[in-house]
Amino acid sequence: MVGKNCFAIASDRRLGVQLQTIATDFQRIFKIHDKLFLGLSGLGSDAQTLHQRLVFRHKLYQLREERDMKPETFASLVSAMLYEKRFGPYFCQPVIAGLGEDDKPFICTMDSIGAKELAKDFVVAGTASESLYGACESMFKPDMDHEELFETISQALISSIDRDCLSGWGGHVYVV
Amino acid sequence: MARISSLSSQATLVQKIQILTPNIGVVYSGMGPDSRVLVRKSRKQAEQYNLLYKEPIPVTQLVRETAAVMQEFTQSGGVRPFGVSLLVAGYDDKGPQLYQVDPSGSYFSWKASAMGKNVSNAKTFLEKRYTDDMELEDAIHTAILTLKEGFEGQISGKNIEIGVIEADRTFRVLTAAQIEDYLQEVE
Repeated sequence: MVGKNCFAIASDRRLGVQLQTIATDFQRIFKIHDKLFLGLSGLGSDAQTLHQRLVFRHKLYQLREERDMKPETFASLVSAMLYEKRFGPYFCQPVIAGLGEDDKPFICTMDSIGAKELAKDFVVAGTASESLYGACESMFKPDMDHEELFETISQALISSIDRDCLSGWGGHVYVV
Repeated sequence: MARISSLSSQATLVQKIQILTPNIGVVYSGMGPDSRVLVRKSRKQAEQYNLLYKEPIPVTQLVRETAAVMQEFTQSGGVRPFGVSLLVAGYDDKGPQLYQVDPSGSYFSWKASAMGKNVSNAKTFLEKRYTDDMELEDAIHTAILTLKEGFEGQISGKNIEIGVIEADRTFRVLTAAQIEDYLQEVE
């Protein structure tokens, strides 16, 4: 979710295989650099592998170009990497959130083969995505400051998770 | 950059200055055919970067990759080094930049540089004339004067080429008519 010169990214903490809960502290949101976060929903192992590969690419980029990747650039990279596996895809839906030039917030999501979806307000992904769309749509206001943004995203997350049997066991919220 | 010219050559059709990306241009000194191969490779590398990151390639990155190609040909079997030195000029987020790339694959960043037959005179001339706060017009003027130093015959819009890039980040080659205008100021 986008706020005034800030963004928030949140996820639940359940890792499950249908009805069995495997973990209640699963990390789904990863920091790429101080102003860029990546959330990966979907298949757990694909999320971890994709994250490792993206960190690898980003580290090399940092060494070569002597700077951090801009969020828009990172989104293009993720999209390209996902499409490379067009006929044997990663079963992940990434959510990318970052602060670009002049700390302008940038968010986007993609499907599992890299179709980017940019938005100015919020993006959602996961098993409870339909519920999340509804919750965010009703709770979102433009230009919230970081405290209000934190409250809003948390409420939207909790209300959607509570209506989804495959999500739950708490939440992680990052506000930058 | 002086063109080959004689009574029988149609010099205007083949340019020495080439565009690598909309914001990076290159000129060579040495063997023309070798430079064409490098220009082709560099253009492809720049476009691959653009395809991946949806962003124009920074000048340093393109120079690095081009230099890597040139170095490869000094160490691989059955090939010879490229017989060209390149001057790469571009404008990116770090501002305007100029790089020289040698056949060895080493590259240098310059504020002002020259290469070719008259290189030592030209560099001495530039050292005297170059200032950090030059405007574009002064820079073109200085470049023409530098070229004129070692020029055999009559300099004209038809036998030199000038490539320019400013804050609009678009590399353009001046037309013969535009060059004539600048030459008249020099006279």
